[in-house]
Amino acid sequence: MVDLFKLTAHELHERLVNKDVSAVEITKALFNRIDAVEQDVRCYITQTRELALAQAQATDEKIQRGDEISPLAGIPGAIKDNMCTKGIKTTCASKMLEHFVPPYDATVVERLADANAVFLGKTNMDEFAMGSSTENSAFMQTRNPWNLETVPGGSSGGSAAAVAASTAIWSLGSDTGGSIRQPASFCGTVGLKPTYGRVSRFGLVAFASSLDQIGPITKDVTDCALVMNAISGHDLKDSTSIPGNVPDFTKSLVNDVKGLKIGLPREYFVAGMNPEVEKAVRNAVAQLEKMGAQCLEISMPHTEYALTTYYIIAPAEASSNLARYDGVGFGHRAQGEDIVSMYKKTRSEGFGPEVQRRIVLGTYALSSGYYDAYYLKALKVRTLIKQDFDKAFEKVDVLLTPTSPTPAFKAGDISDPLSMYLQDVCTLPINLAGVPALSMPCGYVDGLPIGLQIIGKPLGEETILRVAYTFEQNNDYYKCLAPLGEV
Amino acid sequence: MKITPKDVAHVALLSRLEIPEDQVEKVTGQLNAILEYAEMLNKVNTDGVEPTAHVIPLSNVMREDEVEVSLARELALANAPEQDNGYFKVPKIVEG
Amino acid sequence: MDYSVVIGLEVHAELKTKSKIFCGCSTQFGSDQNTNVCPVCLGLPGVLPVVNKRVVEFAIRAGLALNCEILPFSKFDRKNYYYPDLPKNYQTSQYDLPICVNGYLDIEVNGETKRIGITRIHMEEDAGKLVHSGNITNSNYALVDYNRTGVPLIEIVSEPDIRSAEEAKAYLEALKSILEYIDVSDCKMQEGSLRCDANVSLRENEQAPFGTRTELKNLNSFRAVQKGLEYEIVRQAEVLDEGGKIIQETRSWDETKGITLSLRNKEQAHDYRYFPEPDLVPLQVSAEWVEEIRQSLPELPNARKQRLMEAYGLSSYDAGVITASQAMANYFDVVVGHGADAKAAANWLMGEVSKVLNASNISITEFAVTPENLASMLELMQKGTISSKIAKTVFEEMVASGKDPATIVKEKGLQQISNEGEIVAIVEAVLAANPQSVADFKAGKDRALGFLVGQIMKQTKGRANPELVNKLLKERIN
Repeated sequence: MVDLFKLTAHELHERLVNKDVSAVEITKALFNRIDAVEQDVRCYITQTRELALAQAQATDEKIQRGDEISPLAGIPGAIKDNMCTKGIKTTCASKMLEHFVPPYDATVVERLADANAVFLGKTNMDEFAMGSSTENSAFMQTRNPWNLETVPGGSSGGSAAAVAASTAIWSLGSDTGGSIRQPASFCGTVGLKPTYGRVSRFGLVAFASSLDQIGPITKDVTDCALVMNAISGHDLKDSTSIPGNVPDFTKSLVNDVKGLKIGLPREYFVAGMNPEVEKAVRNAVAQLEKMGAQCLEISMPHTEYALTTYYIIAPAEASSNLARYDGVGFGHRAQGEDIVSMYKKTRSEGFGPEVQRRIVLGTYALSSGYYDAYYLKALKVRTLIKQDFDKAFEKVDVLLTPTSPTPAFKAGDISDPLSMYLQDVCTLPINLAGVPALSMPCGYVDGLPIGLQIIGKPLGEETILRVAYTFEQNNDYYKCLAPLGEV
Repeated sequence: MKITPKDVAHVALLSRLEIPEDQVEKVTGQLNAILEYAEMLNKVNTDGVEPTAHVIPLSNVMREDEVEVSLARELALANAPEQDNGYFKVPKIVEG
Repeated sequence: MDYSVVIGLEVHAELKTKSKIFCGCSTQFGSDQNTNVCPVCLGLPGVLPVVNKRVVEFAIRAGLALNCEILPFSKFDRKNYYYPDLPKNYQTSQYDLPICVNGYLDIEVNGETKRIGITRIHMEEDAGKLVHSGNITNSNYALVDYNRTGVPLIEIVSEPDIRSAEEAKAYLEALKSILEYIDVSDCKMQEGSLRCDANVSLRENEQAPFGTRTELKNLNSFRAVQKGLEYEIVRQAEVLDEGGKIIQETRSWDETKGITLSLRNKEQAHDYRYFPEPDLVPLQVSAEWVEEIRQSLPELPNARKQRLMEAYGLSSYDAGVITASQAMANYFDVVVGHGADAKAAANWLMGEVSKVLNASNISITEFAVTPENLASMLELMQKGTISSKIAKTVFEEMVASGKDPATIVKEKGLQQISNEGEIVAIVEAVLAANPQSVADFKAGKDRALGFLVGQIMKQTKGRANPELVNKLLKERIN
């Protein structure tokens, strides 16, 4: 019998419905897998085994009763540790929130619980989602299951690595500048950042509110559609949530790209890009062209400004969002004889260096005298970047680019902040424009996965999924699992 | 615009962070590297360009004026580092 | 020397919505500490705000009542500063695009009408309450109650058009009256639902550029507004007279000591780092919505005052006093609606009625005498059933028992004696008993007549119709 943990959600669902296995068996199989490899990969900050078993049990009872079960019912997954879970620690991988237990659930958590999904635990990340390697976690270093010397990417490194290591069937990540897609790319999984407003942010600990978006990380495109079905849709608690009905994303799982127009923005094939990465992406394009898609090179002239624009807007918003960590109502508190010294000590002890750097940068960008030169200027350039996308989508249905200019790098290799920021050069323009984008494997270099990024129009997730599904079904990448624990 | 150690100290106070003396120089250098990089935005002509604060064209998202159940006080205070008689407790307040 | 005073007021009014501005917690005043709180108003990680529609409606109502322009596009911004009463360490407010701009309010000072400009009205969330151990300067810790956090506020910012402490008080009273009329705020200064900060500066004359201003806080009553400003004006004048310079700073009014004290130096910058609130989308207020709200506005104090003057010939002063409180004006309308004479009604409201209300510290809505009963009493007077003197007795009984005046008059036998025959008999008896007074009167001593009237009133327990008594006395003597 095949190892259950190796299967996808839709494969496991079929076995549950056929009563080949029980949800408790699946969940225990995942526990065993975690026991076997977690010490090497280190994805989980918190494991919730009791809860997982109870949830699995509930689904088994449903099945016993002959009730219909939802596609994710009884399927174990993991949640990035920046989404609030009632009664379960939510740390953001920060000393600041090491002991924080939210009294409420994030909307996505509520929706997945309603779908009877099983929660294995909370995954490691860069502190407050600031980083591209998960090395900024205050607690531990997550490693890439494809090569334990390399990083899993970030900030949703724990979520991507868990799916790649088969210690979770699905997971949730959050993406502010590439934090779902880049780790998905590094770990050879499928990761989707939905359109801004598609998935409720309520309960997602804010990094940069106008850029943050929650999305799934899965083993294949079908599972991506299933998780999207569970978490998407209007939420009254999020004013920036898009009203209206959400399509059934599984309807987009069509193996056909005939007539679709695919754009290749030349600015994304940057200097310094690993040639193998470029080759793999161009191969993917050629394949899709053979299958009937029409490909054309286009230009998005403001792309080169995206990084700077992002590194003004995101830290500015973060400096305000992270002001609440002050030792008064929750979280870490240092002793101080008066309120100001308590604030300063608490924040300097509680936040790691990258978080502090961004707070200082963001505060500076908003401060009097610099607001117009930095923040306002960045908001205007953001408009131009968004217009690049609007114009591109007048000509094409989707854009294809690499997700990251390189495959996973070795832990400790990048220490200079600016070089680390360059990791996100292909992903963060998408957040600035608010459009959806998916990363999926499209090849390997030195045994490490390469990510293909498929970018869609606002609310164009269906087209993205169609292209992704077609590419996936005509290749074998999704069948390749990380070699972890096989030797 | 070059950021100085004095700017860093001012911004540190504004953001309630304590940057140790021996770190100020380093932080200043890192910020300058980032801000120098940011100078490239000056090349972009943004005359007549509206700023984008929100990427989605939504407006007038409002709720009705209805009272919902509040948190039980024990839960509200559950994460408090220090509490006293149903209040959050903080060190003495001085003006910063 | 004599300086010209320049004052601008920033008034915060708590809106009387049921729930808070960005979450569903109750706005109930006086609840146990930290019981009207939820993850949103506690600013827990991950929460998001959603605007209470009624807050926007109330702000527009206030804007219309204060003759403002309602901006078709407005937005929320974050004002960033650290203070333990502010759980997120930013206040969600409105910065460059407030909901209302360019209004005005007409006030009356010393019988003259003056127009005070209103720069803007914006919406924002209130902060929590701090309880200090000891006082603010020597306590070792503070306690925080977040019940008030997120209670909706509007901030009404005036132009620097106010020229004296008295005008400031008049402005604040007129503003309170309007906010009560349009039913958007309780305006209870003692509970903090109406708060006032003042910017004050002096200059050599009306044409000179504005001087350096100080900001006065902690003006917790109308009296404090006037006294605090009066003190601060004198203080600044003394500094200037001695050749000193005014420092731009925030000062707090100390009610017990009757002085203002420097709170902090504003130079060291509150750099609030305003930026657009990314968690809230903009407001687009349609002309239709504004019109709908305009239609729902009640008659405002100034219009009502004009109406009372025109319809009933009341003086500007009387009409002003009656219409300052909407409840009083409503009461007046009912009394007059029941046929009472308007001037008599006004006199009674400003006199006896106000005396009772003030003495028992209640509002007219809690008054035991219904407007219908007051109207009946005035009618009894007008018809001559009771005299004005007896009316006061009847009124006292109405206040005490809440009974209607006709019943009281009947039960206590207080009807005026207007029967000539009855009075003639008494008059003749009194004349016979007091020949000396009769002689005095005939000799030209008018005061003697008063004595005789008094004797008759004594015998009738004040019930004799005074006009009739006078007439009959004179007839009989002559």
